[in-house]
Amino acid sequence: MTEFLQLMVSGVSLGFTYALVALGFVIIYKATEVINFSQGGLVMIGAYLVYNFTSTWGLPFALSVVLGMLATAGIGLIFERIILRRMVGAPVFAQVMITIGLLFILQNLVTAIWGPDPLNLGDPWGVSTVTFGEVVIQVRQLWGMGLTLFVLLLFFLFFRFTPLGLAMRATAIDQEAALAQGMSSKRVYMAAWGIAGATAALAGVSIASGAASLSPEVQFYALLAFPAIILGGIDSPLGAVIGGLVIGITQSLTAGYIGDIAPWLGAGFESVMPFVVMVLVLLVRPYGLFGTPEIKRV
Amino acid sequence: MLTAQGLEVVYRDVLIGLRGVSLQVRTGTIVAVLGSNGAGKTTMLRALTGLLDVHKGKVTKGSVDFEGTRLDRMDASAIVRAGIGQVMEGRRIFPALTVDENLRTGAYTVRSKAKIRENYDRVLELFPKLVDRRTSTAGYLSGGEQQMVAIGRALMSSPRLLLLDEPSLGLAPLIVEQITGIIREVNAQGTSVVLVEQNATMALSLADHGYILENGRVVKDGPAADLLADKDIQEFYLGVGDAGRKSFRDVKTYRRRKRWSS
Ligand SMILES: Nc1ncnc2c1ncn2[C@@H]1O[C@H](COP(=O)(O)OP(=O)(O)OP(=O)(O)O)[C@@H](O)[C@H]1O
Ligand SMILES: [Mg+2]
Repeated sequence: MTEFLQLMVSGVSLGFTYALVALGFVIIYKATEVINFSQGGLVMIGAYLVYNFTSTWGLPFALSVVLGMLATAGIGLIFERIILRRMVGAPVFAQVMITIGLLFILQNLVTAIWGPDPLNLGDPWGVSTVTFGEVVIQVRQLWGMGLTLFVLLLFFLFFRFTPLGLAMRATAIDQEAALAQGMSSKRVYMAAWGIAGATAALAGVSIASGAASLSPEVQFYALLAFPAIILGGIDSPLGAVIGGLVIGITQSLTAGYIGDIAPWLGAGFESVMPFVVMVLVLLVRPYGLFGTPEIKRV
Repeated sequence: MLTAQGLEVVYRDVLIGLRGVSLQVRTGTIVAVLGSNGAGKTTMLRALTGLLDVHKGKVTKGSVDFEGTRLDRMDASAIVRAGIGQVMEGRRIFPALTVDENLRTGAYTVRSKAKIRENYDRVLELFPKLVDRRTSTAGYLSGGEQQMVAIGRALMSSPRLLLLDEPSLGLAPLIVEQITGIIREVNAQGTSVVLVEQNATMALSLADHGYILENGRVVKDGPAADLLADKDIQEFYLGVGDAGRKSFRDVKTYRRRKRWSS
């Protein structure tokens, strides 16, 4: 039982991280119908910027995280404003290729500035843990979960109660009808990229903190978040969160039990498992758990 | 007053949408725009409201003036702010949002909370049926209720000119009558109206002035009462006389096309 709870905690913590990464994908997709392959790059540069603020400049960690989120949001805005804005109306395929180009730019930028070797993010949590009964939880996991929940709450309030949040939802449903209400698609696109940048930075922090280290590898978490998005439904923020949790828990439980149940599958099978779950879900629900069956284009 | 002069519209640089349309809406009046399918009625409204971009169309000639402001170089958002609201063809409510949220989208350009509240109360007063459905998902409402949401949404920006594109489409006669009453009341409260319709009887009985569009041109215009009495118009648009059956069939194919395209 203790082992199970232990694995669940790790799974949920990992799942929240995937959820943050997945949210960035989903929000950009919902607003612009572009699958942003540079999301992993934003996660990476976000973490490096936080490292820069706290370790290089010596700012307090909390402030560095906020600054890192703002700066990465700024990078997202710049991408939208000067590159993707010009691509509106171009084939979606071309826009997706552009985002792959942006990923390469971010990769080169990061290795040019900070080098390829692992760094210490400089978070105050380190490897310290707290114990509930016999379950040991890392402090960084608790913070990661708490911050993610907080961000999700902000999201909810933003989409439900602010005019811009409402405009984002309306534009995603029917762009022309939203324009007819005086809503600006440009602002919606920019907001989507800004939000994706901010959540990416937070995800980067939770991936690279604690016993883990900061290296360009951080970007590959975005690939692992992919099954979470597809599973949850690519146009559903709620689906991104649930999908992230499902994948995180699946991965953690597989890693914990695979040796006892099916050792012949070999170590490392937990990285394959998310894709197995994704395929199984898609067989039953082709648009994911919460996706819209028919995604209409204007 | 709204004055459109010699509007020409081209889609995708080749397809002609309008070939020179002039139209005038005096402050406080209702203007009906009639025409068979493909005549250019919706295109004209898009040209007035800055929605041609989304359809890869543009105004190649002509101008639009509303109360001294030139609209033809403005974007959709600025035109809403200038005081023009619209009910799009096919209602186009946001089906996944609640009725309340749909109404809030219509108030997007309004800054003052008090003003939004005032408009909201006014809309619920006009459509008491919506009071109980405020938190319902709009997509589940009946066609008539959805049309009320669409009109209510357009009124949330307190427009001085309201454009309606075929509000009677697909609605039962009783509901059409209700909608007619609402349009009359909105107009009586001081909003000028442009009413695009296939239902010529309904439109002309409401309107002060009427325009008839064919092939992207105004082929006739005059006081609504005169148009109602006009022999040709009775034949082609009101389904009276020998041509009655023919125009009835036109209406039928039109309906069918509508269903396919929606
Ligand atoms: N998005 C578009 N792209 C290209 N051509 C278009 C587009 N929309 C309309 N047209 C063309 O412009 C002309 C006028 O169409 P419009 O939709 O304005 O007619 P309408 O009078 O509103 O017809 P209906 O009563 O069927 O709504 C038609 O020839 C139509 O094919
Ligand atoms: Mg039309």
